[in-house]
Formats: sequence, C-alpha cells, structure tokens
Amino acid sequence: MRCRQVIDKISEYIDDELDPEVVRELERHLEHCEDCRIVVDTTHKTVEIFYHTEPAALPEDVRGRLNQMFAQRFREGRPS
Amino acid sequence: MHLDNEQSLVATAQAGDSDAFVTLLNQYSRHIYRLGVSITGNHHDAEDVLQEASLKAYRAIAEFQGNSRFYTWLVRIAVNVALGKLRKRALWKESSLDESRESEDGSYIPLEIESWGEDPEKACLNSDLRQILSEVIQKLDPKSRTIFTLRDIEKFSIEETARLLGLTIPVVKTRLLRSRLKLREELTKYFGKDARNAMPTGHR
Repeated sequence: MRCRQVIDKISEYIDDELDPEVVRELERHLEHCEDCRIVVDTTHKTVEIFYHTEPAALPEDVRGRLNQMFAQRFREGRPS
Repeated sequence: MHLDNEQSLVATAQAGDSDAFVTLLNQYSRHIYRLGVSITGNHHDAEDVLQEASLKAYRAIAEFQGNSRFYTWLVRIAVNVALGKLRKRALWKESSLDESRESEDGSYIPLEIESWGEDPEKACLNSDLRQILSEVIQKLDPKSRTIFTLRDIEKFSIEETARLLGLTIPVVKTRLLRSRLKLREELTKYFGKDARNAMPTGHR
C-alpha cells in the first residue's frame, strides 16, 4: 500500500469500517512510514477532540431572548 | 440527563406541560446553538436556528414517537432549519471542494506533517480550545462543515447524514475525509510540536 492509498482510507480506518485484510495492509505500511503514522494519529485526535469538547454555555442574552419567546408563546396559549 | 428522567419529561411535555418542555430544551440549547454556529457560520443565524427549531419542536412534541432520543429528534429539526438558512443565502449549492490541494487522481495531499505535543485538552484552557475549534471549522465550506458537524460532532451515521442533507453516501464520505484532513492540518498549526500559531489568549 502506498501513502496516497493510506490517506484515502484514513476515514474508514478511523471509523473501523475497513476489511481486516485491508487493515493489516495499512498497518504494515504504518510500521515503516512515519509521515503516514503522524497523519493517521493526528486525524484521529482531530475527530476525538471535536467530539469530546463540550459546547460553551448559552450566551446570557441568547438565553434571555429564548425564554422571552417562550414566555410570550405560553401567554398566548398552547397551539392547537 | 438520565434517560428515564428524560422520557418522563417528554411524556409530561406531550401532555401539555410547557415547563417540562422548557426543562428539556434547556438541557440541549447550548448544543443546538453550537450546531447553528457551525453550520451557518455566524451567531445571529445560530440564534434564529435555536429559536425556530425550539418553537417547531414545541409545536410538534405531541408527534414525537420516542423512536430516538429527544436530543436526536431536536437536532434533526435544527439541521433542517439551519440548511434553510444556508439555502436562503445561496451558500449550499456554491460549496465547492478545495480542488487546489488535489492530486491528479483526486486525492488530498497533507502538507503539515508534524506530530502533536501535549494533548490539546491539557495544553490549553477549555474556552481557548472551543474558540480554536470554532475558528478552524469555519475554514471548511458550508456543505463540508455541515457534514463534519453531523457525522463527527453529533455522531450521526454516514447514511443518516446523507439522508438528512439529501446527498449521496459517496459524496458524504469524500467530503468527510477531506474535512477531517483539512481540520487536522489546521489544528496542527496550533498543536504541532513546533506550532507557529499562538493560542487565542496567549496560553500555551
């Protein structure tokens, strides 16, 4: 397997969607190619970090306007 | 929120209890707002997405079947509202792939090859990290960042991402791969061992 093929398969490798035979081939390549190893590792970290970082609290003004919108809606009564 | 607790809040909201609905919504409003910022690219539209999606969910709560989690149902509504915003601004169709980085056979070529130093979570404050992530995702075109958001932040499957966005599975896969590689590259500028970018507020 060549570097370019490894790059093309990174997503499926990370998502564990490759056939075991292809995984073995890809990992054989990684054993001797440091550049691909770095790209695979940092791509994996990229996906992880986006997933694990919690969103910030809702800005106070945004929350205020959302609550206000619902308060008004509730005063008007539940929609039919 | 504990799932049992959530189910009972949903049932109460469906029976017409507005407070129960607001309690449910408050658990997830910041997630929906972030989704809105990621997809539309600005805070003003994100607030519209949050308000419109919340109102739609409130009106439709009686129809929620409970086949998925409440949050997943709410996200689906919010994605449709956010897509509407992009389409209105004609940003959806315009989204083209970054072809300058393609080789002749269409592969994407990584340029920044440098391992990361310390874990980004340890290297900087949470608020800085959030700001970095929010900045780099905006370097993707609207279609790609929507795909990335659904697949990698909201964890929808490739199939559901394709269905929600009206795209084919191969298009979603190609865009996802390139988005991940591009984001990896952008983050390497911050977290690579010899990172050139300073943290937003100077923490390193």
